[in-house]
Order: sequence, then structure tokens, then C-alpha cells
Amino acid sequence: MDALGRHWKKIALAVIFVISLFVPFFVQNNYFLGVIILGYIWAIATYGLNILLGYTGQLSLGHAGFFGIGAYTVGVLTVGYEFPFWPSLLIAVIASSVLGFLIGIFALRTRNEYFAIFTLGVGFVIYLVIERWEGLTGGALGLIGVPYPEGIGPIQFDGPGSLYYLILGFLILTIYIAWSIANSLVGRSFMAIRNSEELAAATGINVGRAKQLAFAISTGVAGLAGGLYATYIGFLGPAIVNVPTTFEILLYLLVGGMGSLSGPLVGAFLVTTLFQFLQQFEAYRLVILGPLVVIIIIFFPKGLAGLWHAAETRIRKRMNKNPAPDESSESAKEEAR
Amino acid sequence: MLLTTKNLGITFGGLKAVNEVDFEVERGTVAAIIGPNGAGKSTFFNLISGFHKPTTGTVTLDGEDLTNLPAHKTVRSGMARTFQTTNLFMEDTVLDNLIVGHRVRTKSNIFDAILRTPRLRREEKESRERAMESLAFAGVDRLAERTVGSISQEAQKRVSIALALATEPKILLLDEPAAGVNNEETEGLATLIRKLVEHEYTVCLVEHKMSMVMGLADKIMVLHHGEKIAEGEPKEVASNEAVIEAYLGAEEEDDA
Amino acid sequence: MELFLQQLINGIALGSVYSLAALGLTLVFGVLRIPNLAHGALYMIGAYVTYFALTSYGIPYIVAIGISAAVLALIGVIVERLVFHPLRNAPHTHHLIAAVGVLFFLQSGAQVLWGSEFREMPSPFTGVINIFGLNIGQQRLVVIFASILVMAALYWFLKKTVPGQTIEAIEQDRTGASLVGIDANRVSMMTFAISAALAAVAASLVAPINLVFPTMGEALNLKVFAIIILGGLGSIPGAIVGGFALALAEVFSSTYVSNAFSEAIGFLFLLVVLAVRPTGLFSKGA
Repeated sequence: MDALGRHWKKIALAVIFVISLFVPFFVQNNYFLGVIILGYIWAIATYGLNILLGYTGQLSLGHAGFFGIGAYTVGVLTVGYEFPFWPSLLIAVIASSVLGFLIGIFALRTRNEYFAIFTLGVGFVIYLVIERWEGLTGGALGLIGVPYPEGIGPIQFDGPGSLYYLILGFLILTIYIAWSIANSLVGRSFMAIRNSEELAAATGINVGRAKQLAFAISTGVAGLAGGLYATYIGFLGPAIVNVPTTFEILLYLLVGGMGSLSGPLVGAFLVTTLFQFLQQFEAYRLVILGPLVVIIIIFFPKGLAGLWHAAETRIRKRMNKNPAPDESSESAKEEAR
Repeated sequence: MLLTTKNLGITFGGLKAVNEVDFEVERGTVAAIIGPNGAGKSTFFNLISGFHKPTTGTVTLDGEDLTNLPAHKTVRSGMARTFQTTNLFMEDTVLDNLIVGHRVRTKSNIFDAILRTPRLRREEKESRERAMESLAFAGVDRLAERTVGSISQEAQKRVSIALALATEPKILLLDEPAAGVNNEETEGLATLIRKLVEHEYTVCLVEHKMSMVMGLADKIMVLHHGEKIAEGEPKEVASNEAVIEAYLGAEEEDDA
Repeated sequence: MELFLQQLINGIALGSVYSLAALGLTLVFGVLRIPNLAHGALYMIGAYVTYFALTSYGIPYIVAIGISAAVLALIGVIVERLVFHPLRNAPHTHHLIAAVGVLFFLQSGAQVLWGSEFREMPSPFTGVINIFGLNIGQQRLVVIFASILVMAALYWFLKKTVPGQTIEAIEQDRTGASLVGIDANRVSMMTFAISAALAAVAASLVAPINLVFPTMGEALNLKVFAIIILGGLGSIPGAIVGGFALALAEVFSSTYVSNAFSEAIGFLFLLVVLAVRPTGLFSKGA
């Protein structure tokens, strides 16, 4: 039973992967392809938040700020200083990660609500700096003409089709990193902290350093998403860095499921595409989403991933007609207590 | 002596929660700390294990000075502790709760994780094995795949002792290991503690249940209002007048 | 010197508004441990209710503020019952996320219902009074006096009335309060009602000076959080002192340094303080 279950997952993953490879062939409409690409970019940003919030249990409300650091690093370097894209992207990731690490030194001295509000403040200050530093960032007018990436060997990035594969590649890389963290002792340390900081410290985990690492990874991934956003959209305005963007990323994670590997992708992809296809209801978007957030957090705090998991367990139980006698007697005993 | 404290004390807002306590635990023995509610027992534990920084005195484990080390470093030096409430992650399996216990003895970092290095694989395997061994030692290995939330209170207590064991400690500090379990189960836990000592672990426990402590401890220290008022073998302590008075006094305070 | 005194009055007026809004936020945090990120949105709704009471129904300004406070108190209770009560045992991250949901709803709801244009709130107090050569807008004086009045009333309520004392009791000792039979549910609802009403009064007082628009609560939201963190989450005197301190810092830095800097100063100060003292300036213990 277990083996079949595991195979199912692999087969499903393979199918999704193959489909994702062929998307540009059957989505000929550039608008729809663009919607999908944006979904991928937001998914990457959401994976960043998931490492901090989902795995480590720390709510950062400054995520859009680090997305912005990444985006504007690429924007300023390529537009303002005519740097090539690739080194700019690398610098963007390093800059947002290092900045996250440094801010983390102070931010992580605070706990719980204080941490959330501290990071909210950090995000807002980043936004203000970007909006007001006109000489560097173009201020409220923004930056226009962020170039597409330079080609690598025979591959040219000159339109949505090729950019699709580029960003899909980065998405897969991000998912791999998230997976490898979740399935390692490093990730187990993060999750131990999420469960109980006291117990984590009592098992010898350096809680402060682990949280800082999670924060730096999270901001680095946000910076990556920002850098990709800059090159794909080609235009940057300060609004994208502001606090509501953080709230939207939080929403994607919440819908998909905090702390799950598939959650960020499912949540970001589903919600962003839904938004796009319901554009005539643009105005009502948040009117519907607000209560949705509340309902999810009250009734389904683990999001779609949690619902899926619950359904899977139920099916497994039903298919498992003959439970091991040992286990059933044990559980009967437990219930009796 | 394995564990030694000298003049160990802490002041909270002018109040001496623990007042200059000298205490020693010999290797391979069970020491117990008892005292009425609010006597400073848990605070004393927090001082030894680095959760609070002491205002006075020193803590030494196996010749190593741990006085101002943070909690996670005392674990590395061989100190492991449990809490009154087990704090385990209820929704995860027992085994998944345990694997991280060996983390303190491993070295792999984020790059090992991303590059899936041989070191990471080896350490993951070690951690898993160590977790299973510890569970087996505590007599709960057959519950490894169950979620913590679905096992009994007593089993959870055993799992948290197993988690402490997974860190490869020299000494185990158990904070009320028998709180919230019935008499029969308490006896089971006492047996487990004896087994620990037989396997050359050293145990120091804070306990409320006098009956458990009397039959188990080689040595008892009594705290009252943060001060050590008696120390010695169970029999001596039980007949000590200061102790009897402290306990009776505390009962009267409780009644009032 | 004249400019200085003028700005001092402006700072005190702004500070009264900040303090009122911060008081509501800090009460909810102190009593319920909920960092209500939707507070700024309640503030904004409060301004709209006063605006429509004034313009659509011709209700006098002061009465309109009273109506707005009552309506917002009701909304506060509804939010508490529907959103935060079900989450009372959930981890703190869930409170914050739920509050974000409420914020989304109220802010975009206002946008859909009333559009995103800026509205000017007419107030009867349009005159200018000349005191010792200073020209002071009447509305600013109204803001200051009304705020002092409301704060005094709040103080009286918390210290001298039985329901008010139950709020303080829970704030100081939750388990103790439940032992002496205080109904935590009632206190929760009451706290939210007062908190939202305070936000409504603050918004209605300042709206004739600034403007009414759906995102008017956004910046304030962050500011009041900065204030109550500086003052110590849950501390009432801290909220008042912090409110005036931030307002004065903003007003003077915009006069003597620059506008952009004045917007950021509160947050910069907040970040510095938290970096040094992770639980705020005047927090009671760790």
C-alpha cells in the first residue's frame, strides 16, 4: 500500500513536470503564458516565506521589502550602470540574503509579535527608501527598461517562451532547495524551533543562529524572485515593494499550506492565476480574499496541503482493510485511558 | 563528582529565587531535588542547564565550567533535560520528534543539505539509528511511527526521556518526570530511571511525589524559599525537622 | 520661535490623535494578546461613518463622532466574535494573519463602496484663533480638548467602574481574574468595542484636517504599532507618551529636516529601540 502511495506521488510529479515543459507549446497566447510565468515568480517568493514561517515558525511581515531589494538591485545595476543581467542577479540574491542576515541579528532578538512588527517596520523602511531615493531608484516613477537576460551559449532569452523556461528552471531549483532543507537535519532544527524554542534549545540547537540562517535563506529566495520579476516585467515601481505585497505572498502561502513543500507552488499559482482570470472583479478581489484568509486560518490553518493530506490519510485508512491487530489493540488501549 | 554547583544563585527583581546553593551529584547515581511549591526547584534546573544566567556562583560538569554558557552549549557538554510539560510536537511521529535529538552531535550544514553530501547522509543515518536506540532504551520503540498526540501521557514522558538520551548526555535532568501519570505508571518510570543508572548515566530529578523519590534517589536535596535546608540520604532527609516543618508550613500556606 | 510654537501646537494635536488610536490598540494587546493589524482599517471606517453622518444626514459634527464611535464599537464586537474569538487558543501567527484578512476586507470594502477618491470632511470649527500672536486653527484645539476628554473618560472607566476594572484585572492577571469569576468573553467584546470606538474618535477628529480615503489607515497602522511597542505593548501610559513623542518628532523633523525623513523617523526609531531592547522601552519585564 505504502509503495503504491509513494509511486503515485512520483508519477504525479513526473506528469506535472512534463506538462510544465510543454506549456509554451499549447499556450500560444502570450498573455496567458505571462500569467503562468508570474505565478512561478510569486511561487518562488512564497517558498522563501515558507522557509521562515512554515518551517521555522517565524512570521516576517517584511518579505516584500527583500523581494524589492532583489528587484531593484537588478534594476539599478542593469539600467543605471549597464551591468549585465547575470552578475546583477547574483548580486541581488547575495545582497538580499546578506541584508536579511544582518537585519536578522537585531530582528531575531525580538520574539513572536515583536518580530512580526519589527519586520513590518523593516519592510516599510525599505519601501520608503526605494520610493524616496529618486536618484538611484527613479522614485515614484520607477525604473524603465530592465533588459532580458543575456543568452547563454546558443540559448537566447528574447521573449516569453524562453523566459518561461528560465523561470521554470529557477522555480525547480527553489523547490529543490526547499525540499533538501526540509529533508535534512538543518530543516529538522528549524521545525524543532517552530514546535518549541525551549525544547529545541534543550536538545542542543543554537536557536538564534538557526533562525538567522532561516531568515537569510528566506530573504535570499525573496531577492531571487525579485530579480526575476525585474527582468521579466522590465519595469519597476515602488508599489511592488510595499506592505500589501507581503500580505499577498502571505495569502499564497496560507492558501497552499504553511510548512508543506507543495503549498507555496499550489497557493501562489492558484491565487495569482485566479486573480488574473477574474480581472473584471479586480475591485472585489480583496473583499472576497479578506474573509477567505480568516476562514482558512480558523478552519483550515494548513491550507490546501493540509486538506489534501487529511483526505489522503482517510483514503489510506479505508483501503487498509485489515489493520495490524497489534496496532488496533494498542489504539483501543490508548482510547480507554 | 560529575556535577557541582557552588554558591549558585539568581535574583529576580530583588527576590532571591535561588540563594547560593552548593550541590554535588556523583557519577552513576540518582540525585533528587525536592521542596514545596515555589521553592525554586525548576529555577535551579534552569540555572544548571543554561536557561537562566546565574547572578552568583558556578556550575561545573565533569570538570568543565558551564556557568555562563547558553542552553544549547550545555547540551553539547553533556547536559540533557526534560520539561514538566513535554513540549513534543504532537502532530509528528515519535521518530520524527526524536531524530533532531542527535543534531547536537552532527556537523552537516545548509550546504551539505543542498548538495546532499556523504557527510549529511551518514549523519542522517546515525541520527535515525540513535533515535531508535534511545526509543528502545526507553521501551517505546514500537510506538516510533505513531504520532505523539496519539500515545499515552506515560509514553510521552518516556519519549521525552528518549529525546534527552539521543543527545548522548552525561547527565539527565528530569523535571517532574512523573507529573500527571498514575501510580502504576510512576513505578514504570522509576524502573526506567534505575535502568539509566545501571547503564552508567547520571540522573538528577526534580520531583513532587515523595514516594517516588524515596525509593529511587541515592541523595536528596531539599530547597525551601530558594535555599538549601537539608541534604543527604532519603532516610536522613525524611526525618529532618527543618524539612518536615517546611512541608507542613507549605501545606498550611496552601490551605490558607 | 513663532514657527516653533506653531509646530508645537500642531504636534500636540497630532499626538492626541496618535495617542487615542494607540490606546485602542494597546488595550486589545494588553488584555487579549492580539496585535490587531486591522486597527488602522477600523480607524478609516470610523472616519467614513462620521463623514456620511455629517454630509448625508446633516448630523452635527460632535454627535456624528458619537454615532461613529457606537457603530465602530459594534463592528469591533463583531470582529472579535467572528474572527478572534475562534482563534483564542491558536498560535500568535494566526492572530496576525487573521487580522491581515480583516484589514484586506475593510480596506477594499471601503474602496468598493465609496471609491478611492479623497474626501474633505466639513467641520463647524473652521475658524482661526489668535493667541499671543499665534494663529491656531479651531479644529486643532477641538482635537486636543476632545482627546483629553476621551482619555480622561477612559481613565475613569478603567479605574472607577466595575466593568472597567474587570478589563484591568484580566490585563494584569489572566488566571487570577478567571478564578474570581470574571467573564473573559464579555471582557473580550468590551475591549474590542472600546478599542474600535477610540479609533473612530481619533479618525473623526483628525479627518477635517487631513482627508478621508480608503488607505488613510495604512500609515497610521504602522505608526500606532511603533508607538505601542515603544511604550511597551499593553501599557496605557506608554501609548499616550509614545503617541505624543512620535507626533512631535515627526512635526519637528518635517519642519527642520525634511518631509521624507519625518515619515521614516518613527520607524527608524522603532527599529533602533527594538534592536537595543527587544521588548520595547517601558515593557513590564521580559
